[in-house]
Amino acid sequence: MAETIFEIKKLVKNFGANEVLKGIDLTVTKGEVVSIIGASGSGKSTFLRCLNLLEQPTDGEILYRGNSILDAKFDVRSYRTKVGMVFQQFNLFNNMSVLKNCMIAQQTVLKRSKEEATENALKYLDKVGMSAYVNAKPKQLSGGQKQRVAIARSLAMDCEVILFDEPTSALDPEMVGEVLLVMKDLAESGLTMLVVTHEMQFAKDVSSRVIFMDGGVVAEDDVPEVIFNSPTNPRTKEFLFRVLNKDI
Amino acid sequence: MSFFDSIGKVLKLGAGQLFIGVGYTLLIALISTVIGLLIGLIIGIIRTIPKSKKAFVRVLMKILDIILNIYIEVFRGTPMMVQAMVIYWGYAFASNGQTLPLIPSAIFIVSINTGAYMAEIVRGGIISIDKGQFEGASSIGMSHFQTMVHVIIPQALRNILPSISNEFIINIKDTSVLNVIGVSELFYQATVLSKMTYEIFATYAIISVLYFIMTFSISRLLRLFEKLLEGKNTYTIMGSGTDPNAEIKVVKETHRG
Ligand SMILES: Nc1ncnc2c1ncn2[C@@H]1O[C@H](COP(=O)(O)OP(=O)(O)OP(=O)(O)O)[C@@H](O)[C@H]1O
Ligand SMILES: [Mg+2]
Repeated sequence: MAETIFEIKKLVKNFGANEVLKGIDLTVTKGEVVSIIGASGSGKSTFLRCLNLLEQPTDGEILYRGNSILDAKFDVRSYRTKVGMVFQQFNLFNNMSVLKNCMIAQQTVLKRSKEEATENALKYLDKVGMSAYVNAKPKQLSGGQKQRVAIARSLAMDCEVILFDEPTSALDPEMVGEVLLVMKDLAESGLTMLVVTHEMQFAKDVSSRVIFMDGGVVAEDDVPEVIFNSPTNPRTKEFLFRVLNKDI
Repeated sequence: MSFFDSIGKVLKLGAGQLFIGVGYTLLIALISTVIGLLIGLIIGIIRTIPKSKKAFVRVLMKILDIILNIYIEVFRGTPMMVQAMVIYWGYAFASNGQTLPLIPSAIFIVSINTGAYMAEIVRGGIISIDKGQFEGASSIGMSHFQTMVHVIIPQALRNILPSISNEFIINIKDTSVLNVIGVSELFYQATVLSKMTYEIFATYAIISVLYFIMTFSISRLLRLFEKLLEGKNTYTIMGSGTDPNAEIKVVKETHRG
């Protein structure tokens, strides 16, 4: 049995009176690639942001390797170096070159030397096919290139989990492929991934598990074959019918 | 006696004095603008610290925030001339008539006055930065301070550079109020000189030209500097399909903001 990475129990998140997450239960083991699908507003982003603690959960528990990340004494910053996040809008540092983007947190948070940080950054920039652009600034890159750099930035921290929040939604159609290809590579290399996505093909082909979120709860959780061929929850069926334009 | 004779008379007698006045005015304005900016940056970093989970820290931060707000409001809401008198003579009052050296006092007064304005300017600069920049940094473990120093402040500074230049120019003009405590900046020198020569109009006409030359040339210089900071719009691709050592220079239009 693989190691457990996340154990999430009855996770609740309210924004004021708006109850967005209404008790999420989920266990993720090492090397799993979990796609999270669901309608707009169902709380997918909020859920991922709670996992990286960009949002403070209202209630419930999140255990990372058995330790509660919500504990007051938990070292959030070192946790975040292990659990990276990739955003729809890339969020690269605009004032830094591609290389520096992948080095700064290694130097400041992990206290790595400049040489070590450079070497590691180059290794992962090479992995995402961006090593030729080390000198470029983010605004000089295409969306697909930016997203690949953002992935390298998380990888350079030697993280063991990456949370992806719709990594291809802001991209022109012709750039979606290059990013998905990198993600597929990472999935095959054994990285643990949670991916909020509208790319049903990716969810079907690459993920080991698909979660359908509906109204702030996990409505269905199964292997892609079951979700896409014979979902048990009628809401899942309805959603897939809407996004895939075909009956299951 | 013609206007030009009067000018000649003032210059002959007081060129050196006016020169010293220009020097002190520039010195006080420059140092105070830099210190004021530092004050503004520190306040900006403090005021954007995310709310702590610990109640004790939250209370402490709230108190600090109130103190900072009082500082900003008081120094923006009273004339610098009055601040100069209160601080300079207040110190003398508290220490039985002992006064502080003039130039350091002047720098102190203009700095904290500028700091109050800079705090608001910096706040605006920080707010103008996309939330994604903070989240990108937080998501890989960077602390608030690291995020500010490496990511946010460099970008904010570029955005607020015109306002910083503006503060510098205002300071060049506003050092003139320091004559009330006897700082030998340009206005003070002119006052002394006009009493010596009885050429009031000519003396102040000369210093108005001097003030204008200072502010105009500095605003031009700073604009040049802003242009430089907009940076190069080229980058180099390392290695090509056939030659790993090739360097391909790419020129691409860049947009600000
Ligand atoms: N910071 C916030 N403050 C208040 N409400 C919020 C905040 N963030 C999200 N919400 C609300 O939470 C609900 C879920 O939002 P969330 O972004 O998690 O949905 P989503 O499933 O990611 O949707 P999408 O597919 O459109 O990205 C929405 O109703 C949204 O308005
Ligand atoms: Mg979302």
